[in-house]
Amino acid sequence: MTYDYGAIVALADPTRRAVFEMVAVRPRSVAELTRALPVSQSAVSQHLKVLREARLVRSDQVGTRNIYRLDPQGLDQMRKWLDGMWTEALASFATELEKSEEEGQ
Amino acid sequence: MIPATAIAPVTSIVRVKATPERAFRFFTENLGQWWPSNFSIGSSPMRDAILEAGTGGRWYEVGQDGSTCQWGEVLAWNPPDRLVLAWRITAEWQFDPNLLTEVHVSFRDLGNGETEVTLEHRGLENYGGAAAQMVGLFSSPGGWHAALARFAEDVAAA
Repeated sequence: MTYDYGAIVALADPTRRAVFEMVAVRPRSVAELTRALPVSQSAVSQHLKVLREARLVRSDQVGTRNIYRLDPQGLDQMRKWLDGMWTEALASFATELEKSEEEGQ
Repeated sequence: MIPATAIAPVTSIVRVKATPERAFRFFTENLGQWWPSNFSIGSSPMRDAILEAGTGGRWYEVGQDGSTCQWGEVLAWNPPDRLVLAWRITAEWQFDPNLLTEVHVSFRDLGNGETEVTLEHRGLENYGGAAAQMVGLFSSPGGWHAALARFAEDVAAA
């Protein structure tokens, strides 16, 4: 299994991290984010582009505006990992149980 | 608050050559024997894993240095059909009493001394609550990605 370190790199920039934190609290538009941050709208857009490419946020078009929210892909990764863990745990359970049956415990 | 993202439970099924009674007993009484030792949250390598019988019983691992790390507790104890366990391990691989995810295990009698064991890990959307702290996890050296990556390497090497 491999992990995408793009997410860590994307959050290394403090302004970008601030953008991400705000989107994590609730979905927001570029204009809203710009009002709350001491940087230009084009800078915010640039940060959002990086976050989107790292699959940390995604955007949905609402009317003429793009609304940014957290991308659940991070959670999907967690899910896949748990899936692998439980499959391995149950396989081990079956093996050990049958071994003990053969031993007549 | 972050709106909860509905996430499908993780499901795993295995068929064993044992009656449901025997399978339930082995699952609970011999946890330390079958639990893969690489799935350990302790700082010391895992020596044993214990599941205390009955609702409210804890399940935890014991390290080689004798330290214990709790995973959660028994939410429902209905031998030989069903067992529900709280799994309170965060994405950072730490015990958190405030995080609740549930592991539902059912034992279905297939006849001929065979049992189908189904494990469902539910409530994964509760990890979403941790998403607000994601920044911290991502940016700390011992964070989620690092822990998982290290873990994945251990699994691959095992």
